[in-house]
This record gives sequence, structure tokens and C-alpha cells, in this order.
Amino acid sequence: MSTDTSPSTSTDTGAPETIEKVSVIISKGSLDGIYPGLIMANGARAEGIEANVFFTFFGLDAIHAKRHEHIKVATVGNPGLHVATWLGGLPGMSSVMTHVMEKQIEELDIPSIPEFVEMISDTGAGMYACKASVDLFKMERSDFIEQVDDIITVGEFYDIAAGGHIIFT
Amino acid sequence: MPTRTIAGSEVDVNDEGFFTDPSQWNEDMAVELAKESGIDELTDPHWTVIHFMRKEYDDKGTGPTVRALGKTSGVTVKELYQLFPKGPAKMAAKIAGIPKPRGCI
Repeated sequence: MSTDTSPSTSTDTGAPETIEKVSVIISKGSLDGIYPGLIMANGARAEGIEANVFFTFFGLDAIHAKRHEHIKVATVGNPGLHVATWLGGLPGMSSVMTHVMEKQIEELDIPSIPEFVEMISDTGAGMYACKASVDLFKMERSDFIEQVDDIITVGEFYDIAAGGHIIFT
Repeated sequence: MPTRTIAGSEVDVNDEGFFTDPSQWNEDMAVELAKESGIDELTDPHWTVIHFMRKEYDDKGTGPTVRALGKTSGVTVKELYQLFPKGPAKMAAKIAGIPKPRGCI
């Protein structure tokens, strides 16, 4: 067993390895699908790490001007919520649970999704929409909030993400 | 606990270089710490943030998050990242001589 507790070092410089850049992909459109990616991106910037956020598929709702204020918690097919499926399917359940969760989030001083997205853009993180998803949902640039830097292809995403870590959520 | 000499005085710091006793701090140290962090000159907005951080720490026992800074210090989030490119809360806490804030937001 090794007794060396020093951090791993990169071979060429001998300096401790640190994360310098991350690209966060947000692919889900539920409250619990969007927040983790936003927190990872914002937290990266707060540590001085370069960050880009790529919104794809239902994750696009997080930057959709008319939808991002209405992101809901999924109450059906979400075992983590500990609500019976038949109960979760009742009309209004998703709204009620979302309201409860939003209140808890606010109590922890975590911003709402619209405010969070704007703040992350202000931190200097790049905000990108996935072209394939935009086309699939027949959306346009004008459907998105102004903080979106561009609508890009997957190839362009990999160009932007080059040299960093990719986090898929 | 490690100590180091900043601007001619010995101070207590943790492994990451954050002050463990904010009362040991003075403005000359801030100038030196800023230079170490790559900020050659502390401008008025820098000082606004530094003094705000210290006041928040005195009042609440912890430094503010970037969001709280942006909302209450009078300096916007965008400006904060221009002033302290390596992460405003963390960098400003180090320069302001207070422990590193531990919030996730």
C-alpha cells in the first residue's frame, strides 16, 4: 500500500492536476433534470474554471423564453420522489410538488431557473443550444432567451469542449 | 497550522492560503495577495468587494456567495468576474483575509 498522500501530478510539469475547463450538457427538461447541470456550471465558474453549457433535447426548455419559468418536477416515473405512480398522475400533482420544491430551493437561497441561467451567462460561461434539437422541435433563435450565445452542431460543440471535461446530465 | 509572512507580518493561513484569523489582515496585505493572484492593481470596485466581504464575514460568520455579492455589494455578477477572473467569492475572500466561503451557489 502506498503511503503517498500527495495529489496526483501531471507528468510534464509536476504541478497538481486541476480542472481548467468543463462543458456541461443539459438534456432533460424537468426541474430535477436542469438544476444539477446549472449548479455544476455555475460552481465551475465560481472556482475560476472555464465553463460552457450545451442545452439539448428537452433541456432546451431551460433557455426557452416562454417555457423556462414553467419547469416542473416529474411526479410520474420518478421513484426518488417517493410518491405512488397513481398518486403522482393525479391532475395538479406536478404543479403542487413543483411549488413545494421551488419553495425549498428558494429557502436555500438558490436562484430560480430563469435567474440562474442569466447569472451563469453573466459569469462568462458560454450558453449554446443544440441545432439538431432546435430543428426537431421546430424552434428558432427568437424562441430563446438573449443569453444564448449560439445554436451549434454537435461537431461545433466538440470544438468548443476541446481540452476540457464533458459532464452529461 | 501553517503561517506565512505577508507585507512584513506573520499571519495564520490554512493549506490553501486562506486566513484563519481575519483580524490579522490589513490593506497592505490585500495589495500583496492581489498581486499573487494576478491582480496588479486593486481598483475602487475591487476595494468595494473586499470591504463588503469582510463586513459580511463579521456579520454572518461566512463570506457571501457570488450571487449574494452580485445582489448586495453594488457590483454586478458580470463585473465581479471581470474583477476577480479566478472566481470572485474565492479570490476576493483570499485577498480580503477571510476563510473560503463554502456555498454551492
